[in-house]
Amino acid sequence: MSENAISALPGAVSEGFVRVTEAGPCGMITLRGEMARLAFALAPLGLDIPGTRAVTQAGDKVLAWMSPDELLLMLPYDEAPGTARALQDALRGDFATIANVSDARAVFTLHGAHARDVLAKLCPVDFGMLAQGQIRRTRAGQVAAAIWVSGEDEMRVICFRSVAQYMFDLLTIAALPGSEPALYS
Amino acid sequence: MSHRLASGGRLIDRTSPLSITFNGKRLTGFKGDTLAATLLAQDQMLVGRSFKYHRPRGIVASGAEEPNALVGLGTGNRFEPNQRSTTTELFEGLRAQSQNHWPSLEYDFLALNDLVPQVLTAGFYYKTFLWPRAFWKHVYEPIIRRSAGLGNAPDADSRDSDRYEQIHAFADVLVIGGGIAGLQAALAAAEAGARVAVWEQTAHWGGRAPVDGVEIDSAKAEDWIRNTVERLEKMANVHMRLRCMGAGVYDHGYVLGYERVSDHAPGADAPRHRLWRMRAGRIITATGAIERPLSFAGNDLPGVMLASAMRDYLVNFAVAPGHEIVVVTNNDDAYRTAIALRRAGLGVAAVVDARAEVTGALPQAARAAGIRILTGSGIRKVKGGKRVKGVEICEIDSRGVAVTHRLDCDAVAMSGGWSPVVHLWSHCGGKLIWDEAGHFFRPDPERPPLASDGRGNLRACGAANGVTGAVLSDAHDAGLKAAQDSGASAKPGPAASDQVAAEAPMEPVWMMPRNAEYDLRSKMWLDFQNDVKVSDVQLAAREGFQSVEHTKRYTTLGMATDQGKLSNINGLAVLSDALGQPIPATGTTTFRPPYTPISMGAIAGGAVGAVFQPLRRTPMHDWHAANGADWEPVGQWRRPYAYLRPGESRIQAVNREVRNVREAAGLLDASTLGKILVAGPDAARFMDMLYTNMMSSLKPGRCRYGLMCNENGFLMDDGVVARLDETTFLVHTTSGGAEHVHGWMEDWLQCEWWDWQVHTVNLTEQYAQVAVAGPQARRLLERLGGMDLAREALPFMEWREGMLGGFDARVFRISFSGELSFEIAVPAGQGRALWDRLLEAGADLGVMPYGTEALHILRAEKGFIMIGDETDGTAIPQDLGLDWAISKKKADFLGKRGMQREAMQDPERWKLVGLETLDGSVLPHGALAVLAGRNANKQTRTEGRVTSTYFSANLGRGIAMGLVARGPERMGEVLRFAGPKGRMIEARIVDAVLIDKDGERQNV
Repeated sequence: MSENAISALPGAVSEGFVRVTEAGPCGMITLRGEMARLAFALAPLGLDIPGTRAVTQAGDKVLAWMSPDELLLMLPYDEAPGTARALQDALRGDFATIANVSDARAVFTLHGAHARDVLAKLCPVDFGMLAQGQIRRTRAGQVAAAIWVSGEDEMRVICFRSVAQYMFDLLTIAALPGSEPALYS
Repeated sequence: MSHRLASGGRLIDRTSPLSITFNGKRLTGFKGDTLAATLLAQDQMLVGRSFKYHRPRGIVASGAEEPNALVGLGTGNRFEPNQRSTTTELFEGLRAQSQNHWPSLEYDFLALNDLVPQVLTAGFYYKTFLWPRAFWKHVYEPIIRRSAGLGNAPDADSRDSDRYEQIHAFADVLVIGGGIAGLQAALAAAEAGARVAVWEQTAHWGGRAPVDGVEIDSAKAEDWIRNTVERLEKMANVHMRLRCMGAGVYDHGYVLGYERVSDHAPGADAPRHRLWRMRAGRIITATGAIERPLSFAGNDLPGVMLASAMRDYLVNFAVAPGHEIVVVTNNDDAYRTAIALRRAGLGVAAVVDARAEVTGALPQAARAAGIRILTGSGIRKVKGGKRVKGVEICEIDSRGVAVTHRLDCDAVAMSGGWSPVVHLWSHCGGKLIWDEAGHFFRPDPERPPLASDGRGNLRACGAANGVTGAVLSDAHDAGLKAAQDSGASAKPGPAASDQVAAEAPMEPVWMMPRNAEYDLRSKMWLDFQNDVKVSDVQLAAREGFQSVEHTKRYTTLGMATDQGKLSNINGLAVLSDALGQPIPATGTTTFRPPYTPISMGAIAGGAVGAVFQPLRRTPMHDWHAANGADWEPVGQWRRPYAYLRPGESRIQAVNREVRNVREAAGLLDASTLGKILVAGPDAARFMDMLYTNMMSSLKPGRCRYGLMCNENGFLMDDGVVARLDETTFLVHTTSGGAEHVHGWMEDWLQCEWWDWQVHTVNLTEQYAQVAVAGPQARRLLERLGGMDLAREALPFMEWREGMLGGFDARVFRISFSGELSFEIAVPAGQGRALWDRLLEAGADLGVMPYGTEALHILRAEKGFIMIGDETDGTAIPQDLGLDWAISKKKADFLGKRGMQREAMQDPERWKLVGLETLDGSVLPHGALAVLAGRNANKQTRTEGRVTSTYFSANLGRGIAMGLVARGPERMGEVLRFAGPKGRMIEARIVDAVLIDKDGERQNV
């Protein structure tokens, strides 16, 4: 990792009825193209194409469905530039686009049994239908977001880097003690 | 005297007394009381003054339908007017004040209005204040505002100190109303397997069944309610909310719920209100019914209450409205009140029943209890001033001249029958049907509001469905069917069996007595909140009002915060009678959300303070903030307008920055610029369509400035395009235009050219970008090292990638200032470090940051246009002298045809020129160049306007650009611009490029 690189809100943490943590630098690569072609390029990484709103995982790499012709590969930050180049080489000549978007994003991790209750205040999403391991794009408050149910009692929120502070504030306020809605728990 | 009984009170906890004040007077209530119950318990029967006549008013109802007992609640930052005391849960330290009186509640000067009531009849304002016109604003309106109205607005300087939030929720079946019907419906739906939510607006489950003595499965209703709530709470597929009112039903099963989370505990560490934004597959309204008042003279005196409300206060709070009570009714239900009062040891002077024969089970029970019943009778008039002293009885079918009985009493319980609460059913298009037997409007099951699939998505059940007597089988049926509609298929248990006393039919009485004379009619209140009487509605009908909607607006019947919950049916029955038509022919006014007023805080939700709006920050934002940035909003970004040093004014800072770029070098945070990747085999073809100039001929490694127009040919965005490789372009857009341009591209790709092989990716935030501009720019970057940035290695309008001082950089040799200039893009995470390094490395070279105003001035000195300044959505590139950027070779591009339209070819179009004031001053923003004479609209004729104007520190005078009729043909002419206060400013038309016309400074 370039010694110069930092994430959007290094070390930001808030403790409400859910713990909100900025996840630090995360590698992300956008892949667009026909799934069959993308599958070919991703095979060396051991990643299968995920179904709608699903993710597949191989070691420290997670591949998420974004749209019928778009995937998001999440991986260690330092590996993103090299992996992006490798994917690009594998897809040369194809109608496929690879872009390293690691720095365009901020990622927050929500720890706690009531993470869905926090996000229900911000996103027009039926979290009862979003199972562990699923991901979806939506909005949180007034900005775009992707929500990934990354573990039991753990969810991740991905947003654009420029609104990291707004997102952190939103999540912190929504998780204020005393405002537990007890909806999903 | 209203008072608290020594024992009883289903909802109160006598071991927890609470101290409150009403108009500064200390009162004591109990935990579980409503404010209204506490007021009544201490004989505070007078609680407010009426809207127009300032008549004394008391508590009429016990719930959301209350029209009178509105108070100002709290103080300072927590003051809120028009709060219903009947739905205000008591808390320690509650401070309430009554409304609409002057100078005091007890002695209201404006009650004089009541002495001349014939003055304030229907349409009074419309008739009286027509003339003279100027009087409205300065004379009439201030008087009316003082005399008529509800509570006071909060102090303008106060700030709501509570927090609010919203939440999104989903259910197969949403049940609105937690009475026994709602609970039964929820149970059936949940047992059938549906995902169920249940909302109850009060703090208690079960509704009024316990008050009415309903038995369920041969036990008290309370037992069944408790058991059912426990069962529901244990079910994983059920979500229950108390204090949550179904506020409105909207399209596609969208329902708003208004949860009063902590109104009963102000200052608690919790949101005050929470707005539920529910998307429900099916909706069940189990919203019960509201009792109707009867229209008799003096029915608005404190002490006259709905019979059901009296029963509520008695059973729930052990509060009696008086010691000797008259019950007046046209139905059997009111006898429950008479019996309950007698059981509580209170005097019941008589039940006055409009019906000639009264033989139902409940009246018989009343008779057996020794209660006197006066049949075929009505109240002629209520006696008393600020409270009830007695009533005069007359024959129901009379003109009310002859008094048959005089009864002393201190309270009157009235019941004119019940109206199902059909509001939520009606919000989204559900139709009503007139029930001939019950004399009320009820939901027409054949015409429900429809879901997107064309099927009904709302069912009413129980009393809300017009069911009288036992309701649980209807509720069970509604719950099951709603669940089945949502695909649930399990078989629920059977409905519980509720037993209620059989009731004989009611007999409609819309006016008491039926042929009352004018002096009685003019004291019969239909709408307590708006002071509308029977005589007002009759007058409206005589004056030609036929539509119920028009009559509502003319008389104000059913307006204001209660929206006619009590007055609706009575009012339109009187109107129907006056029009000589049946009630269903008159119809109802439109039921609109919300059911009762909801707070503005709940509507705003959490979008206040720091999260009012998203504020976009660049990676260098914190440095700017710490170094004197004077912010300017650009879209949702904040950009430094200038960096103010200690003691420096805004203008001084700008002048310093402008000079420094031309003399040394400046750093601009250009991270906000839009950066969109356009890639794919058809990318070049797509770029040629997006831009007016040729982009397909651009070679990899090169940059080109381009213009984007919309279909009409109007200039939309501009920027520099870099070709990354044969099939990939990087499009730079304006800061504010990035999202729009990206959407624009996707629109064309997805809707029109869907078969073109092009992808777009918005990479705006992937990169931090720093413009390094000025004579020292190259020297500064060479100090970082790692890339050859010499003139030959990186010529003007080219780009290179490499490691610049350890940064992963893409360096563009482009210039918006006219100086030697580089833009350096690095991954956003490295942006702050790059910025710091550049400042550090350039300290001795005089490098300093500059803001957007310096950026604007520098480009204006060079005659470069700015989207949003020189363009306003009506300018085409040719207006701005940008003909050179419009390809003549290309067969097509977006905007090409638009530019060819006649109006766009008009030689009279205003075109871009430079403007130089004769006195060197700065022209005002947007100033118009005026001509003698007037146009067809009698406006001063104009021939141009200023689009950009600044003080140039480099030139030592004002500089400007503007659009002028045939401008470029008129070089040297002097125009007159309208300045402030009629002052004219003379300016000469000059070339817009003021510095370095040959571009030598940037080309070194």
